[in-house]
Amino acid sequence: MNKSSNHQISFILSLADSTLILGQRNGEWCAHGPILEQDIAITNITLDLIGQARNFYQYAAILINQAENKNETEDSLAYLRTERDFKIFLICELPNGNWAQTVLRQFFFSSFQLLAFEQLEKANDEQLAAIATKSIKEINYHIKWSSEWVIRLGDGTDESHNRMKNAIEALWNYSGEFFIPADYDMIDVSSLKEKWLEKVKAVFEEATLSVPENTFMQTGGKNGIHTEHLGYILAEMQFLQRTYPGAEW
Amino acid sequence: MSDVIKEHIYKILEQVSDPEIPVLTILDMGIVRDVIADDQNNIEIIITPTYSGCPAMDAIAFDIKMKLIENGYTHIKVTYTLQPAWTTDWMSEEGKDKLKAYGIAPPQHISSRINKILFAQEENIECPQCHSTNTKLLSEFGSTACKALYQCNDCKEPFDYFKCH
Repeated sequence: MNKSSNHQISFILSLADSTLILGQRNGEWCAHGPILEQDIAITNITLDLIGQARNFYQYAAILINQAENKNETEDSLAYLRTERDFKIFLICELPNGNWAQTVLRQFFFSSFQLLAFEQLEKANDEQLAAIATKSIKEINYHIKWSSEWVIRLGDGTDESHNRMKNAIEALWNYSGEFFIPADYDMIDVSSLKEKWLEKVKAVFEEATLSVPENTFMQTGGKNGIHTEHLGYILAEMQFLQRTYPGAEW
Repeated sequence: MSDVIKEHIYKILEQVSDPEIPVLTILDMGIVRDVIADDQNNIEIIITPTYSGCPAMDAIAFDIKMKLIENGYTHIKVTYTLQPAWTTDWMSEEGKDKLKAYGIAPPQHISSRINKILFAQEENIECPQCHSTNTKLLSEFGSTACKALYQCNDCKEPFDYFKCH
């Protein structure tokens, strides 16, 4: 396989992996949401994320099978790859924490996703552009929902304000990885940072919150070096296919 | 392909309903993008998902195949396309009327007018029960990916709104 198709596949898998794992995380809220409507909201977002992941995995499987004469499917890519193979933003694999942390992560991620997918729409790859266009419609709803929650909690009671402040404290160091390029990236992610920060600052301002000053950023996930949390997610998510290979609903 | 066969297939597809919203056919929803048939009666139906994660797609593909088999077609392929992305603008006017009668408020605006302003809700969403437009948004996300949850301020009934997409 030549280098460029190798990179293309890694890039598509990285898009798939982050959305899948964040979807899996958000799905943990199912039946545990703070109120019924928000339980439904977070799981609807989960459904969108997993749907986006499926589109990327299906496309990656086609390319892999063409290049390597293999027989990969969306399921084999999601359920039978190991920890080091998953190229994801560390922020997506972190535990949900409380509601504030969950909605803040969604806000960070969706805001990044929008900017990245706007680039993908212009990329020289028709299928990626199609998936991006489709996803952006959904992402716009995710951003609106999560921004509103950041503001509602930040500009809410002392208790909710503090929880959102703690969430920022917990997640900020993981927000830089969005913009650190990997060798397989097909878009210029570093160029998105400024716009992302602008968006975050605008919402934070309305939420009476501020952007932390520390600039140390955690990295590694995009190259398969993870926190201790990913292994547990994969163990739970992949258990069935590994124990009963090929099992279907 | 003769237009007769195509027309016949569209007639059959009129009998395939959306599993989540059974009053709507897949044609009302605008999910069917094309029907292709060759001289050997190989039929290809091209459909597009409403949302990326729409769980109804597999069921819809299955129902399409079953309906066509019932009508004597044997070589059937259902394929998916993402481009152009589905939009509520493709929902038929008849479909919107059926939705309303079923108790779901139909999409109100053209999709390009999705209101991105924070805390703003789409205006003048009509309650499908008492037809009041004095309604409020409860949640942008409802019982399925394509719906939002509203409540009528007059009759107090909660209802689904098929949101613009």
